[in-house]
Amino acid sequence: MLKQTENIIEVKNLVKKFGDFVANDNLTFDVKQGEIFGFLGANGAGKTTALKILSGLSFPTSGIVQVAGFDVYREREKVKKNIGYMSQKFSLYEDLTVKENIRFYGGIYGLSGKYIKEKTEDLLKRLKMENIKDSLIKSLPLGWKQKIAFSVAIFHNPKIVFLDEPTGGVDPITRRDFWELIYEASDSGITVFVTTHYMDEAEYCDRVCIMDQGRIEAMDTPALLKNQYNAKNMDEVFIQIAR
Amino acid sequence: MSRFWGFVKKEFNHIFRDYRTMLILFGMPVAQILIFGYVVSNEIKDIKIAIYDKSKDNVTQEITNKILSSGYFVLDKNIDNDNQVEEAFKKGIIREVIVFEPHFAEKLEREGKASIQILADASDANTANIVSNYTSAIIRTYMKNELMKGDLPFEIDTNVQILYNKELKGVYMFVPGTMALILMLVSAMMTSISITREKEMGTMEVLLVSPLRSMPIILGKVIPYVGLAFVNALVIIALSYFVFDMPIQGNLAFLLLETLLFILMALSLGILISTVSKSQMMAMFISMFALMLPTMLLSGFIFPIENMPKILQWLSAIMPARYFIVIVKNIMIKGSGFMVVWKETLFLVGITILFLGISIKKFKVRLE
Repeated sequence: MLKQTENIIEVKNLVKKFGDFVANDNLTFDVKQGEIFGFLGANGAGKTTALKILSGLSFPTSGIVQVAGFDVYREREKVKKNIGYMSQKFSLYEDLTVKENIRFYGGIYGLSGKYIKEKTEDLLKRLKMENIKDSLIKSLPLGWKQKIAFSVAIFHNPKIVFLDEPTGGVDPITRRDFWELIYEASDSGITVFVTTHYMDEAEYCDRVCIMDQGRIEAMDTPALLKNQYNAKNMDEVFIQIAR
Repeated sequence: MSRFWGFVKKEFNHIFRDYRTMLILFGMPVAQILIFGYVVSNEIKDIKIAIYDKSKDNVTQEITNKILSSGYFVLDKNIDNDNQVEEAFKKGIIREVIVFEPHFAEKLEREGKASIQILADASDANTANIVSNYTSAIIRTYMKNELMKGDLPFEIDTNVQILYNKELKGVYMFVPGTMALILMLVSAMMTSISITREKEMGTMEVLLVSPLRSMPIILGKVIPYVGLAFVNALVIIALSYFVFDMPIQGNLAFLLLETLLFILMALSLGILISTVSKSQMMAMFISMFALMLPTMLLSGFIFPIENMPKILQWLSAIMPARYFIVIVKNIMIKGSGFMVVWKETLFLVGITILFLGISIKKFKVRLE
């Protein structure tokens, strides 16, 4: 697929400190529009911190961060309108039904009731979940919840969607299913920014950035990285870098 | 605006779908007011007594009738010799024996003085005290009425000095306190739990990433509880009025307005708790130990503030519930208006603003 070359995320010299602890040490990177950009690293490498700054949940200590053409610090409200977000604790209300969750999240983005209704039917049909639309979220298997959570995160057609370890705790086959949804979103022009520590997922990304102890250690397409480190798969690349 | 209502609707769904929340919200206020009203009350009712009338004349008969028709006492048996007195107490059914001395009416007429002995079972000291006070109060009332009728001045000798005090009625003391306690529980505890639940579930992050500003998020979460707490207050007032005959001497609208103010205070406290606690469990513990216990113990609800050590008196001075209790008592029992309770009202307004201010500041800090 042809990717546009326009940068939708630009980060220059991003530093985030918590007291003496440096969580993000001078990060600089760009993400291009429509790209699937993977942020890789072990737990505590600083992935989530960076993602929180990009999505406006946390402010940088220093550096320039622009998302969808707006500064995350000064134009936070404008950034918010253009992004979707799915947290690692996948974020649906357990005691609401599938339909109510979609209705609620659509509502807080200011979408009209009619639009939400039409799009919900469409969405449930595509996910083959029409018969569970009135089931409470807590009655569904984790893989389904994650799919719904992702669909909800892009329900308002954001320019970028941030996914923070979206597939934690599910098997590789369910992960594969989930990634079909990510590809669909990417094909429709949504930029996907995803953090993960599953190396099989790294293979699915257009470009990956490997973090270790708050710093970016490598950044390229999976194919070029494997080439560069003379590795069979991303797992080996990661192990070489993390050492 | 429709975003906001969507939010409120969602919050109601959470509440109505969780039976534990429902139980706390609707079961507890009713249960508490009934328990406090009936059980913990220091009011007496249908106390079993025995009468040992050594005189059996028309005056002793009249006094006996007065005592038995008061509603506080039920005659268990008549006693006619000294041995039966101890026997009666030993069975544990009779709480009090009233003894009229021989030739009661005659002595009254001739000497202007006669005595009644009140024997109370002090194994429950508190009840004994109340029971004997009530009895002597009834006798005093009788004596006063006879005096006013212009009969010969006479004196009936009883030992207890405290006058019959209508405001001693238990429910009058417990309704304002229970109201404060329940509104605190519903407003502060339930809101702090419901906000921290969103943090725990990760849904709060999604809300903060959305274009919703933090003010509507908080308001959307809090407004359903304002409504529910208010309904609770109405239920408590209705119960105390219809079941326990508690008067509402003052302006009902004014009472409800003050109640709303207290609810807002408790809500802002709830928001404050939610900004400092990371989990529902923590929010609950803070609410329990930092709010419930002081509200019960230090607000003057159960223990009189005047009897506390100085340091606890100072602590009680910063208990919002204390001021609310004063306000409610004044309005309901004495029929006071704003001019009487303006200081307490001002305190509540002030502390609400303080809590809200700190919460807003904390909420921002969390984003740094």
